[in-house]
Amino acid sequence: MKYEVDHRGYYGQFGGAYIPEMLYPNVEELRNNYLNIITDESFQKAFHQLLKDYVGRPTPLFFANRLSEKYKAKIYLKREDLCHTGAHKVNNTIGQILLAQRLGKKKIIAETGAGQHGVATATVCALMGMECVVYMGQVDMERQRPNVERMRILGAKVVPATSGNMTLKDATNEAMRHWINNPSDTHYIIGSVVGPHPYPDMVARFQSVISDEMRKQLTETIGNPFPDYVFACVGGGSNAAGAFYHYLDSEHVNLVGVEAAGKGVSSGESAATTALGKPGVLHGSKTLLMQTEDGQVVEPYSISAGLDYPGIGPIHAHLFDTGRVKFVSATDDEAMNAGIELSRLEGIIPAIESAHAVAVLNQFEFDPDDVVVINLSGRGDKDLETYIRWGKY
Amino acid sequence: MKNRITTLFDSKKKDILSVFYTAGFPKLEDTVSIASHLERAGADIIEIGIPFSDPVADGPTIQASNKVALDNGMTVKKLLAQVKEIRKTVKLPIILMGYLNPVMQYGVEKFVEDAAAAGVDGLILPDMPVYEFEELYKDVFRKHNMCNTFLISPTTSDDRIRRIDGMTEGFIYAVSASSTTGAKKDFSEEQVSYFQKLSALKLKNPILIGFGISDQATFSKASSYGAGAIVGSAFITRLSSSKDLSADISTFVKSLKGK
Ligand SMILES: Cc1ncc(COP(=O)(O)O)c(C=O)c1O
Repeated sequence: MKYEVDHRGYYGQFGGAYIPEMLYPNVEELRNNYLNIITDESFQKAFHQLLKDYVGRPTPLFFANRLSEKYKAKIYLKREDLCHTGAHKVNNTIGQILLAQRLGKKKIIAETGAGQHGVATATVCALMGMECVVYMGQVDMERQRPNVERMRILGAKVVPATSGNMTLKDATNEAMRHWINNPSDTHYIIGSVVGPHPYPDMVARFQSVISDEMRKQLTETIGNPFPDYVFACVGGGSNAAGAFYHYLDSEHVNLVGVEAAGKGVSSGESAATTALGKPGVLHGSKTLLMQTEDGQVVEPYSISAGLDYPGIGPIHAHLFDTGRVKFVSATDDEAMNAGIELSRLEGIIPAIESAHAVAVLNQFEFDPDDVVVINLSGRGDKDLETYIRWGKY
Repeated sequence: MKNRITTLFDSKKKDILSVFYTAGFPKLEDTVSIASHLERAGADIIEIGIPFSDPVADGPTIQASNKVALDNGMTVKKLLAQVKEIRKTVKLPIILMGYLNPVMQYGVEKFVEDAAAAGVDGLILPDMPVYEFEELYKDVFRKHNMCNTFLISPTTSDDRIRRIDGMTEGFIYAVSASSTTGAKKDFSEEQVSYFQKLSALKLKNPILIGFGISDQATFSKASSYGAGAIVGSAFITRLSSSKDLSADISTFVKSLKGK
């Protein structure tokens, strides 16, 4: 595979493991073991059994009739919003908790932005009877309150991150510090295709079930596995990596990543990393990063907590660099309007993250026969307060 | 000119005190005066932190000093100018320590060159991978007579310690525990046996022990297993409440050395 990680953990110039020595043994342990463990037959069996019986996979590929009429293409929605816990994040947490068990770890930590990854982590920890600590930016705790309470109901401890903008980046810093201070019995379940190698590759593999199902479902409905377009929102990029994964080498499939423009790409309040970032190092990998000339990380902004991150996974930095994936962005307003539109046209209230992927359809000129798949990464339950505050419905 | 770090370790084998502080803290221009106060007070090495927005290996004390320094307007360029200023009077070895990203944006090669020209003797970039140094930067460091120090921790394997020893010029920074930075009261038995293991390895480079050094007891205990120790958070805490940097730095250094 052309866009696969190389044996040292790089995608082109991006990736690697840029970590202080205190994290080295943990990351090295993962690097040495992850492929053996996750390709093992008994692991695969346990993983797919849980995806089926517990998560509810395969998730439907739904033909969105009225949306198709409006945008003059054949639009399908990959319904990750129907996963148990409400988003694609659980695909990864199931995989990582099974891995943590096989590594003999006793405790789990995680960072979370929108709270979806935190909930998905708290959920699998409850399922497996493991102790769970989730770091979450204080600002995100306020804007995603229902998810905070869900994690607590599930038995997780939610620790507020109070540095920086008090959002996802800061929660990730705190989780890494926790891991440094607890090196032996703890596994860190990172929630996206970010972090030091092997995390980006590992998370992409767990999420690749999305495009694996897509190609089977498309074969059944249209007679071949290839859509003309796949759209996915990109925070760190895990749902996008999963939705693109099995199409990366099929260059005739147009892959589109949608970033959060916040109040506008040049407004100074944005999270559109490919538009605003330069190569840099954060959270253990070399990737595109929003930063000042002096190398200080810029605080991002998006109405959507799950996209409010100043970087993207190194795989996406490489896919952007090579032109394999086209990156576009949607503003807060565009995403909110698209969320309302999808609710009215299809009876589906999407997560605001996922609404970004719907919001850019009008930036494309489709042929009426074009098969377009939108990866609907999550449902909007967690965002009700934001929808209510938005009010225009 | 010989590198000031290797010169120091050639002549002094015990009780070397390296003091860490964040550039641009508490006030932007304090970087310069703190260095000369430290020299006068009897420190052996000056270690200056390059502030970063996301210091993941640091505990609350150093995190807070990074934020203050950045709010004060500290930048890599300003720091290099300050080092030049320090070098007008100060003879001690100077080390810059920081996260890779600000150095990478400056350009690693250019940074090594400009830092050497400003009078810096060594760099510590804890999140630079060992292979990257080996493959990309080793020659640049050598060309500019710049020492490079790697960290090792209690979880670093003996093989890796030896590999790091082989690539190091100057000294090895032994982190006293797997932890973020921060002052502690005492060392555990586990830590002491780790220090003993290190001295038994008979590495080619001297070892300075850092993280958790806060007073005379921890300093002298750490020094007894290595060539000396590095104090950071405890010093920064002292700086943040100081009304008279000269007097307080003098008292602080004397209290650590116990004389
Ligand atoms: C529903 C949903 N979609 C997307 C994301 C963004 O993450 P990623 O880019 O890793 O898919 C999140 C993150 O919280 C989310 O909750």
